[in-house]
Amino acid sequence: MRGITFDIAHMLAGSLVLVSFMQLYQDRLYALLNIYALHALVLAASVAWQAFIQDAPHLYLTAMIALVFKAIIIPVALHRIIVKLGIHREIETVVGVGPAMLLGMGLVALAMVVMLRVTAEADPLAREDLAFALSVVLLGLLMMVTRRNAVSQVIGFMSLENGLVLAATGAKGMPLVVEISIAFSVLIAFIVIGIFLFRIRERFDTVDVQALDRFRGERQ
Amino acid sequence: MIDALTGVLLIPAVAAALLAVLPGYRLTARLNVLAAFLSFATAVSLFIVEPVSGPYLLVDDLNKVFIVLTTFVGFTTSAFSASYIGHEIEIGRLTPTYVRFYHAMYQVLMFAMNLALVANNIGLMWVAIEMATLTTVLMVGIYRTHEALEAAWKYFILGSVGIALALFGTILVYMAARPVIGEGLYAMVWTVLVTKAAQFDPALLNVAFVFLLLGYGTKVGLAPLHAWLPDAHAEGPTPISAVLSGLLLNVALYALLRFKMLLALNPAALTPGPLMVTMGLISCVFAAFMLYRRRDIKRMFAYSSIEHMGIIVFAFGMGGPLANFAALLHMTMHSLTKSAIFYAVGHIAQVKGTQKIADMGGLTVTNPVLGWGLVLGVVAIAGLPPLGIFMSEFLVVSSTFAREPWLVLILVFGILVGLGGLFLRLNTIVFGEPVGPTAPAQASYVPMFAHLAIVAMAGIYMPPALVTGFQNVARLLG
Repeated sequence: MRGITFDIAHMLAGSLVLVSFMQLYQDRLYALLNIYALHALVLAASVAWQAFIQDAPHLYLTAMIALVFKAIIIPVALHRIIVKLGIHREIETVVGVGPAMLLGMGLVALAMVVMLRVTAEADPLAREDLAFALSVVLLGLLMMVTRRNAVSQVIGFMSLENGLVLAATGAKGMPLVVEISIAFSVLIAFIVIGIFLFRIRERFDTVDVQALDRFRGERQ
Repeated sequence: MIDALTGVLLIPAVAAALLAVLPGYRLTARLNVLAAFLSFATAVSLFIVEPVSGPYLLVDDLNKVFIVLTTFVGFTTSAFSASYIGHEIEIGRLTPTYVRFYHAMYQVLMFAMNLALVANNIGLMWVAIEMATLTTVLMVGIYRTHEALEAAWKYFILGSVGIALALFGTILVYMAARPVIGEGLYAMVWTVLVTKAAQFDPALLNVAFVFLLLGYGTKVGLAPLHAWLPDAHAEGPTPISAVLSGLLLNVALYALLRFKMLLALNPAALTPGPLMVTMGLISCVFAAFMLYRRRDIKRMFAYSSIEHMGIIVFAFGMGGPLANFAALLHMTMHSLTKSAIFYAVGHIAQVKGTQKIADMGGLTVTNPVLGWGLVLGVVAIAGLPPLGIFMSEFLVVSSTFAREPWLVLILVFGILVGLGGLFLRLNTIVFGEPVGPTAPAQASYVPMFAHLAIVAMAGIYMPPALVTGFQNVARLLG
């Protein structure tokens, strides 16, 4: 079925990759957070569309979780943390915007080459979804390594998980166990992160991960 | 109907809930030991009456070995933990609230590891390993010092990335299975997957295995994905270091082995062996050299764990009944020896009030039992005869030498370099002039010497039942 339903699914998954790129060049935490909310919103739309075309009602639940939890609750909470910590200044990036974008493009090309080649026999929707999902995962990873700030690393990790949800929903008929577990793991991950951010604040007065590297247990 | 299979999950789950609400350190520490012992007893009963496997839970010869090892070391570590935590409360490093949290988390971790081992569903297994990761992250950060926070953060970030890659691999396996098995639950069930694996799309399986190797390989601590491991071992409470090294690395390895078995059944898919052999060798040699510059005693033994996981992954990667047998034996011996070493190290660090090697010395004079216990442990872990690890390393080398002499030479080189590094540091720790506080340790030596006795015993005589058991599993692994 290569009609309009396919095109819409394609567009939504593609938009997710695009929003991942937008995250790469945000140099302020607020802006980054807003883009992350947009990322989650696109994910929710994409999952809901998958639920519709696959006729899989349980996926609406995943979409709802993405919408309520990832697009609203987490950004709001992180926003508060940023205000509380008073760190809404510029993000320190390890790699400049230009190189980061170039690297990102390279990763997307890699994802396309790998996934499209190995899934030649799978149905077209699933294989393109998988290629987009891998792109989002790799861009999330890139974001984690190009940022030094703990909050933006966390956002990188969460956008990486969005890519995984995209992959899981694109795989038709994957048991619900996994979707719940993903939502669950994000929840736990967030609690852990939250606790850590506060603890880090308590101890260091900064969330710049570079500052945590001072003591490595090896130096005397 | 509750059989032994649900038992190994139910006992830790109930114990975790109880420990989370019960006050009082003495009571909870004993309850922790009791729960761990009951889990162990239940695990042993798996050998007597084998429960029926369902679509979610499974028991076969392979995971029985892992479950019994996990619950046994879990039990002895809980006994060690009771005396270790007692001292931590005395010196005020942990408050009663944290101790309660610690005990509950200990049982949650045991539950997660058992679940990962008995899961018959690749999705469920992933969830369990993720759960184990998150619990250990919380435990590593429990002291809330600079170092502990940094270690926990690093572990959390690297562990999550590994776990995320593993999930992507899991999804790809499902994608490969779906056209053959059909949509839904059964395309994620082990026992179904292995019967149909030959018809899966080999290209998808290959990519899936690369992701799984990177993902679960991070959790196994294979170089170059090992960066979290030394920090997490050094900064957490020592019982957790023992559990991490002795058990959690094995659980991740178990996941990897399951997927290796799946790929082996598909003739067109890549052979996972060379990938595992390469990563194993890199880990072994790299970690052996890293042993020389360690100043922190727990970090040193963490690197030694990377070295040994490298040897084990190398042997499993070589494959074949003999090498698999050697790898299984080595894994068991390493778990027992390394946890025994951490029991000794935990008490030593408590006596000396530091983990810095430079601030220790002359332990054989001041604390002879601990000092000689550590010597025995290091002799065992370095692979000197006649102890168990010598046996298993000898088997690894002899079973693979005829097939790949050059690779085995690299491995032996790694082992010898590691041996040198360990003894160099051991010398400063246990011999020479006494350094630092010399108060006697309030320690329970039983868990440590029980492990070392088993290891020494295995070097000389192995019960025939155990040998046949391991041989069966080795044949299963292909």
